Amino acid sequence: MSETAKSATLRDNRGTAQVHVMRSQLGRVRGLGAGHTGTHHWWMQRLTSIALVPLTLWFVFVVLHLIGAPRQQVAHFVANPINAGLLAALVIATFHHTQAGLQVIIEDYVHAEGVRVASIIVMKGLVVLLALISLIAVAKLAFSG
Amino acid sequence: MTDIRDSLMVGRTSDGRLVRRPLSPHLQVYRLNSGMVMSITHRITGAALTVGTLLLTWWLAAAASGDAAYGAVSGFMRSWFGVLILLGWTAALWYHFFAGIRHLIWDTGRALDKPDAYRTGVAVLAGTAILTAITWIVGLVLL
Repeated sequence: MSETAKSATLRDNRGTAQVHVMRSQLGRVRGLGAGHTGTHHWWMQRLTSIALVPLTLWFVFVVLHLIGAPRQQVAHFVANPINAGLLAALVIATFHHTQAGLQVIIEDYVHAEGVRVASIIVMKGLVVLLALISLIAVAKLAFSG
Repeated sequence: MTDIRDSLMVGRTSDGRLVRRPLSPHLQVYRLNSGMVMSITHRITGAALTVGTLLLTWWLAAAASGDAAYGAVSGFMRSWFGVLILLGWTAALWYHFFAGIRHLIWDTGRALDKPDAYRTGVAVLAGTAILTAITWIVGLVLL
C-alpha cells in the first residue's frame, strides 16, 4: 500500500490524491476476473432458485405421497414421464444451485488460493457425480418402472 | 500499484499524510441483530441441505437398484438418526425456501428498509415453523 501512496502524487484542486489509470473502463471490465463470469454465476443462482420454488413444493408433496411406500410404487410413480421429467428438472436445478452456493461459501472462507481452487474443483466434481447418479437412477426407473 | 481497487483505499490523516484508509469495523464489533443472524442461517441451512441432496441421490439410486438397496434406505429413514436428519432437512428446507424468496424480493429492490426487513424476517420464521409442523403432521399421519 505504501507503494500506492507514493505513486499517488497528483492532486486535484482540493488537494486530494489522484490516481491515474491508463486503461479504459471497458478494458477493465474485459480484463479483470469477475467481469467475465461474475454476473452469469449470480444470475444462474437466481434462475435455479426461482425454478426450485415450484419444484421444491412439488417434491415435498411427492415425498409425503411416497413415504413408507414399497419400491414398486416408487418405480411406478417415476415411470410416468411427467413425474420423471419433473424429477430430472429438480435434480438439475438442485445440484446446479448446490454447486453455486457451495462455491461462494468456499470463496468466502478459504483464503489460500491453492486450497481454494482445489476444494472448489473437488466439490464440483462430487456434485456433478451426485447429479449424474441421480439422473441415471431417474432414467432407469422411467424406462423400466 | 498492483490492483486498481487499491486506489479507493487512499486517504489522508488530519495532518495531511497519505495513508491506507481503515476498513469498516470487524464483524465482532457490531451488536448482533436479526438480519445478521438470519443471513448466516440462510447460508448454514444452504450448506446443510447438501446433506439432504445425498439422501435424495441415495433414495433414487436405491429405488433404481432393487428391493434390498431400497429396504436399506427405508430402514435408515425410519431409524432415530434418519428421522433426526429428515427433521433437520425439513426445517432447513423451509427456512432456505422462505429466506430465499425474501432474497429474491430484495433483488428486485423492494422491502429493503428496516421495518420491511424486520416484517419479512418474522414472516420467514413463521413460515418455517408452520410449514415444518404441517409437513411432519401430514408425514406422521400417512406413515
